[in-house]
Amino acid sequence: MAKVKGAVIINTENCKGCGLCIHACPTDTLGFSKEINSKGFNFSEMIKDECIACMSCALVCPDAVITVYRMKKDKAV
Amino acid sequence: MGITVSLENMEKIYERPKTLKDKVMHYCPGCGHGVTHRLVMELVEELGIQHNTVGVAPVGCSVFAYYYMDIDMQEAAHGRACAVATGIKRMMPDHYVFTYQGDGDLAAIGTNETIHACNRGENITIVFVNNAIYGMTGGQMAPTTLLGQPATTCPLGREQAANGYPIRMSELVAQLPGTIYVERVAVNTPARVRKAKKALIKAFKSQELKKGTSFVEIVSNCPSNWKMTPVESNKWLDENMLPYYPLGLYKDEISGE
Amino acid sequence: MSEMLLMKGNEAMAEAAIRAGCEGYFAYPITPQSEVAEYMAREAPKHGVVFLQAESELAAINMLYGAAGAGFKVWTSSSSPGISLMQEGISYIAGAMLPCVIVNVNRGGPGLGTIQPSQSDYFQTVKGGGHGDYRLITLAPSTVQEIADYMGLAFDLAWKYRNPAMILMDGALGQMMEKVQFKPYTDPGRDLSWSTRGKPEERESNFITSLFIKPEEMEQVNLQLQKTYREIEQNEVRYDSYEVDDAEMVLVAYGLSARIASKVMHILRDKGLKVGLVKPITLWPYPYKILSDLADRVKGFFVMELNAGQMVEDVRLGVNGKKEVGFYGRMGGMIYSPEEVAEKAEAFARKIGM
Repeated sequence: MAKVKGAVIINTENCKGCGLCIHACPTDTLGFSKEINSKGFNFSEMIKDECIACMSCALVCPDAVITVYRMKKDKAV
Repeated sequence: MGITVSLENMEKIYERPKTLKDKVMHYCPGCGHGVTHRLVMELVEELGIQHNTVGVAPVGCSVFAYYYMDIDMQEAAHGRACAVATGIKRMMPDHYVFTYQGDGDLAAIGTNETIHACNRGENITIVFVNNAIYGMTGGQMAPTTLLGQPATTCPLGREQAANGYPIRMSELVAQLPGTIYVERVAVNTPARVRKAKKALIKAFKSQELKKGTSFVEIVSNCPSNWKMTPVESNKWLDENMLPYYPLGLYKDEISGE
Repeated sequence: MSEMLLMKGNEAMAEAAIRAGCEGYFAYPITPQSEVAEYMAREAPKHGVVFLQAESELAAINMLYGAAGAGFKVWTSSSSPGISLMQEGISYIAGAMLPCVIVNVNRGGPGLGTIQPSQSDYFQTVKGGGHGDYRLITLAPSTVQEIADYMGLAFDLAWKYRNPAMILMDGALGQMMEKVQFKPYTDPGRDLSWSTRGKPEERESNFITSLFIKPEEMEQVNLQLQKTYREIEQNEVRYDSYEVDDAEMVLVAYGLSARIASKVMHILRDKGLKVGLVKPITLWPYPYKILSDLADRVKGFFVMELNAGQMVEDVRLGVNGKKEVGFYGRMGGMIYSPEEVAEKAEAFARKIGM
């Protein structure tokens, strides 16, 4: 079965860096940023291109800052 | 810097519900209230009921729920959410009316209103967030604080002899003939979040039947007052909260059997 | 004009509320006004009015909050201990600027007290009761007819100013039967733009709250409330006066006491004393001005209340030291006879040189 490819866009300015998405991600795609946002949080970001669009990160995100994308079916490799 | 990925040929499969206002919630990092707010607003968006839903906010951490939920709402006095919701629902029986309450609000100061609303079978949905602590006032003992669990008003841990037992509300209201649907869920893992949302949808939709109260207890965390990281708090929830507050369906009379 | 009926005060109140187009009534039984809930239970369904017996006065006032917050014309009634229990909710209702009507059929206190009539909740009603700087528009009927007349007025004032209104009466008025004629009522129209009936696409969501964490905001809310209160004080003062034109002494009494005061006035007039009577109808806003004006030409005022002396403080505020103010009261559910008060009032009249 072809691997599903996905990506997430994180509203890093509104992320509070709780890390729940990082913990929930089954492919270790997410990690804490080195830099901080204006509120002083090390936000969450994609550190690997391993996203499988499972939405786990978005489901546990308490601040609803994650948007999840998935490769269209006809474009899947 | 994280990596940059192209969104070419990609479709959006999940985004923040439009019924959640474009504001940063005041909750501490990792707090389950944020997830629960989002779930309730997702279902309001998905069911298309923004125009005929009225929510009631409690006193507690979620006192400002109306700043985030883009629906008409009322802020109730501490513990009185179920009475306020009763007043709203009785006047507008075809609206979806829900309360959003924490453990102190619902199970201590407001127990009377909770029990009587459930016993009358008010056609409202009660969303009960149980995180075993008073969050807003800074970590005092809640009616649901576990035996042995420290809080600022029981610094050595809750003791039965002094403070009695943590109250199990789902079990209690499920005994009342007025409730039609009672389920206890959690929001500390992706799978549980999905399940919690299903329960909330079921609870809201049950209002259409006008057959009784729906009650969804959400076992949640409080990293700040439990003095843990968010990830640790979710693990602590699994190990300590769930054995005393077992997840599951306590009552389902929706189908009418 | 409708037909003349013989009704109990409590029942006339309920009937008047229905005729004034009330949409809901939430209450908990308490003597001496349980007939109100019984009447509403029987009659409300016939008129499409929501009736619910709450599990407590605490719940009843919060049901009222919810229903009023959704923009419905709703009311409740209770008696002193129950009204005490409602104070939290009344403060929230005032803070959230919700229109509704609350009736207090006053009984003797403090504590569980007695079920007999009293006027001892005057302070609670007009000087606060609950927490915070708020005011209740307060109407004080003295006959069953006035109970009927003030019900619609209370709703109209509550909605005009988005402020709770209270009808303060006592157990005797609630229990007595008198003739009553219900006047035709027309709703002046109500603004519902602020209410929570579900958010349509074209407007922002509405919320009802009395919570404003930032002191700058909370002060603004208070200033808005105070502005409303000044308007009410400007526009809504109501009182009746009797035989004050040639009076040398003026009796001041409201509610049940005003009925007795009227008899006292006649007893004293028969004795050749020129006595008048001012009967405040609104206890807040209080008719200070008429008292202040009269103080320039009468020799003194005599206040009678079924309490230890509560409204007398407002009379003194109105008179502002210009003349002497006498007082006689009974407490604990005891009602004075006209002769009893006349004796005290006469002694006072002699004292001030009449």
